[in-house]
Amino acid sequence: MSKQKTERLLSLVVCLLSSRRYLTASQIRDAVPGYPAAFDAFKRMFERDKDELRELGIPLETGMNNPDEEIGYRISRQAYELPEIVLEPDEAAVLGLAARVWRRAELAGAAAGGLLKLRAAGVEAEESTQPGIEPRLQTPEPAFGPLWEAVRDARSVRFGYVAAGRAAAQVRNLEPWGVVNRHGRWYVAGFDRDRGEERVFRLSRIEGEVTFTGPPGSVTVPEGTDVHKTVQAWDTAPPQVRTAELRIRAGAGFGLRRRASAEAPLDGADGWDLVSTPFSDTGWYADYIASFGADVVVIEPVDLREAVIRRLKGALISEPADGRRRAGEAT
Amino acid sequence: MSAPRRSGRAGTAADRLQRLLALVPYVVSREVVGLAETAAAFGISETELVDDLNMLWCVELRSPDPYCPIDLSYEGGEIVISEAESMDRPLRLGADEASALLVGLRLLAELPGPQDRSALRRTIAKLEAAAGEAAAASAHVSVHMDGRAPANVQAQVADAMRQGRRLHLSYYVPGRDEATERDVDPMRLLLVEGRAYLEAWCRRAEAVRLFRLDRVLALTVLDLPAEVPEQAVGVDVDSGQLFRPSPDDVRVELELADAGRWVAEYYPCEQVTEAADGRIRVLLRTPDTRWVRRLALRLGEDGRVLSPPGLARAVEEDATAALALYA
Repeated sequence: MSKQKTERLLSLVVCLLSSRRYLTASQIRDAVPGYPAAFDAFKRMFERDKDELRELGIPLETGMNNPDEEIGYRISRQAYELPEIVLEPDEAAVLGLAARVWRRAELAGAAAGGLLKLRAAGVEAEESTQPGIEPRLQTPEPAFGPLWEAVRDARSVRFGYVAAGRAAAQVRNLEPWGVVNRHGRWYVAGFDRDRGEERVFRLSRIEGEVTFTGPPGSVTVPEGTDVHKTVQAWDTAPPQVRTAELRIRAGAGFGLRRRASAEAPLDGADGWDLVSTPFSDTGWYADYIASFGADVVVIEPVDLREAVIRRLKGALISEPADGRRRAGEAT
Repeated sequence: MSAPRRSGRAGTAADRLQRLLALVPYVVSREVVGLAETAAAFGISETELVDDLNMLWCVELRSPDPYCPIDLSYEGGEIVISEAESMDRPLRLGADEASALLVGLRLLAELPGPQDRSALRRTIAKLEAAAGEAAAASAHVSVHMDGRAPANVQAQVADAMRQGRRLHLSYYVPGRDEATERDVDPMRLLLVEGRAYLEAWCRRAEAVRLFRLDRVLALTVLDLPAEVPEQAVGVDVDSGQLFRPSPDDVRVELELADAGRWVAEYYPCEQVTEAADGRIRVLLRTPDTRWVRRLALRLGEDGRVLSPPGLARAVEEDATAALALYA
């Protein structure tokens, strides 16, 4: 059954590709074997076949040879054919490697399909291991597929989103402008219709289904949009840079010393160095400094010093929370 | 509209049609090509390929006069297509296909190895030209690596790999806040989860280790050949888990407040469960708990170690000792 359908679709493509003129539905029925004789049954099957070809990306055109004729169909060779492409051996090698990037990820099939078409155009590329290099992009987030489609087809979406520091999801309405992978995580950036401004969402925090809320082509990406810059601005610390004076135990605090602007043994304190480092995000930097425990002491600024002390005190209250929780659950 | 994702998945009539439409130009562009080689290229058996060829040969159009648009033979295991009508070129790339390949190429451009840069640039340009409009969507996907290693580190690693030489690394281990010195024999360069790693046989640990390039403090290419032992097995980059816990690892249980939830996203956790007051509990395994002590200090009141109890005590001691310095 499937074989008959493949044969019919194949004949249909060959028939429409070979004809420069638009062929009417009845001409097609006469030329392509496999269609039922009854016109209504033929028409239904033909409609489904047309959809199927368009889904494969085959440019099926409709039009008339003369104004007084019935509407007809054809496939323009120019629109159908992959233009000439010739790759040098080193180019074919990197292409083969690029096709591996999506392995096991959302666009794996698309990469393989694309490579196959290029090979069919005569390119001698194999999805190959260039010895010693394994590049991968992962898409563990279920939201990637629908959001990529939304971005590709320029349509708006709705999804549930658990913002940082919140427990429950909120419904968000977005005109997506692009998807960005940064530090191995996927983000979508676009115009948030509810907030009335540009927003960035992390795909791993999207909960449930992503639904399309507009037809293809309904989203316009503003001129000059750079989604990567948007995500970067959202993701990185404010640029105001201050200097921290730190007391660091000799032979410790490598992570902090790597960013040091000045470093010298501390007078009158054997076994300690005085280290100056730039920082911008006080909260993040206090967390980081706290992780070095008794190897690092903040001298100034005072707000950073206090933030570190708060962190350390917080870590102290580590009596098993069970007692408190049991009391809480009983009420 | 999700059609191009079908490609690669075998089974439906549409999938087979795609294959048939690629098969004709594949053979035509090579003039004559072996059955075995072609079957391998399309990922099908020779029997399936012969079925495909027969189907192509049997295509018949009936009007105005019956004719067979495709003529081919595969005698002696060699395929020749003498008549391909208007099917001698493959179908254009779809937006998904063009984007998948272009994004992959752009990702490679972030990898070390200056010798490939020009090949990448040329390939991207040619592919964009051939894809035409289908390439436009790829502009809406961007991929950027984390903490890029200094260019000289990248270049030296690439050099050592090309020449098959041993490397001496000065490598920062943040979990222990240590700069470590070791000789390693390079195996592969991995680009996974947005980071570049050198996979190598570590002569100090006598095991395969991954080294994040942005944590290499200094390196020297040694005048010794790399000797990767036969028993060295590389990591499976497609397993979705770069660092696989071993049964000997310590089970660590943490409780996290909202502000500490990032831990569950950042570290591979075996189990994440909701607890009271909107808190979550995560379970992870690690061969070395020193980094967990540091993590607990950094989390402060936003997280606590539940087990093992010895680790919870150690965190408390660390915090007490640190606070004493502020007294």
